[in-house]
Amino acid sequence: MKKVSLVLAVALISFASFSQKVYKTNAAQIKFQPITEEAGCTNNQVQSVLSSTDGKIAFSALIKGFKFSNSLLEDHFNENYMESTKFPNAKFQGIVTNIKEVNFTKNGVYKVTVKGNLTIHGVTKEVTTTGTIEIAGGKVIAKANFKVKVADYGIKGLYIGQKIAAEQDITVTSTYE
Amino acid sequence: MKRILLVSSLIALVSFGYAQTDTTDVFKMMDENDKKAAASATDYTTATFKSTRVIQGPSIETIGAGNMDLRILHRFAPLSGGGKEMFGLDGPATIRFGLDFGITNTLMVGIGRSSYQKEFDGFVKYKLLRQSTGKVKMPITLTYIGTIMDVTDDAYKTANDISGSEAISYAHALAIGRKFNDLFSFQVTPTLVHYNKVPVVGAKNNQFALGLATRLRISKRVNFTAEYYHRFDQMTGFEDAVSLGFDFETGGHVFQLHFTNATGMTERTFITQTADKFGSNTRFGFNLTRIFTIAKPKGVAKAG
Repeated sequence: MKKVSLVLAVALISFASFSQKVYKTNAAQIKFQPITEEAGCTNNQVQSVLSSTDGKIAFSALIKGFKFSNSLLEDHFNENYMESTKFPNAKFQGIVTNIKEVNFTKNGVYKVTVKGNLTIHGVTKEVTTTGTIEIAGGKVIAKANFKVKVADYGIKGLYIGQKIAAEQDITVTSTYE
Repeated sequence: MKRILLVSSLIALVSFGYAQTDTTDVFKMMDENDKKAAASATDYTTATFKSTRVIQGPSIETIGAGNMDLRILHRFAPLSGGGKEMFGLDGPATIRFGLDFGITNTLMVGIGRSSYQKEFDGFVKYKLLRQSTGKVKMPITLTYIGTIMDVTDDAYKTANDISGSEAISYAHALAIGRKFNDLFSFQVTPTLVHYNKVPVVGAKNNQFALGLATRLRISKRVNFTAEYYHRFDQMTGFEDAVSLGFDFETGGHVFQLHFTNATGMTERTFITQTADKFGSNTRFGFNLTRIFTIAKPKGVAKAG
């Protein structure tokens, strides 16, 4: 009996250390401000997964999910720039290169580097950015802020480089379950 | 003890292996999620028309919740005035000032004042059906537009022996529109105009008309628009309204430039009381629209 319980305990411990491998959310947030003098846009329904074991991280956002307070700007954004009927979503698939430095069982803010492929408007580019992973009472919160050059992704338009900044400042916040 | 270690390490290995297979396919999992999400979500078609009016008549579109649209509709005098009248630009021109408000993303209201016959108008516009793909498949957008109009021009009232509430008229329209692709949209608009008192002896109080409208995309910011209203109940001395135009987009504005035979810009005036023939008495006109955000919907980022 003693033996069995010991085996069970060891098994449980070993299992526990490998459980919570994949963190998920379908309510990650991506924010940016396409036009300098107008209010920005937010997508609150971004899908994301993060694997604590190998550091793989992925995001997927519907372009039509970016909500503007001005409905005309939202129409322009979808139809003239992002061409969202042709390219309905933006994606990121990458790896947290220093995932080993993140202790998922200990509260704290860990600085991380993320490297991977970003797909916007049907164009895929390799990007690297820094961000943080915060462990707070069992919650995992990933944050990153990076710049995207509009021209790199084949997005064209009259106002790019004028009213619309040629380089967009993107903020990503993902709170995983 | 040896056995315990063996068993526990085996279990550890198995669970480790399990964890590994579970995570290697994180990207695949996301792709499958996307597919599932796409199948379970309804994708509403946007920008069937670029504005809430095709030219004179309403389009199926409404403005977003919390948005206010300041609209200035302007029609010059006929081009037939020639060079001496600067092809109608010298006037007399007619103008309608309007303020539209988006209550929800499918409901809007608006008020306006036209210089032509000194007319006040108010309307309510509601999207009953929205064209969509995905989970809910809907081939068309169906929008109801109800308008009330009140003429206050004493000359018009005296000439037609109209007083009090007789000066009021109503219009009910059902706009049925479809965006076939990014380049082509089409709309039919059965409309009923009701006069409390008609200005022409023997004319019906209820007058039916059918509007046809289209949008053709020429470039990312230029669209060709055309609109025609056929009257089934005609008052003698009036013509069907024909309008051809171009929409130009610039950020928060849409400029609509067009040629039309209509003078008025409300259902009663342009559908049932267009006096001039298209071709011989065409006018140049424009609609200016500027959208302001007056109330921010929830979940939208602040500036900065």
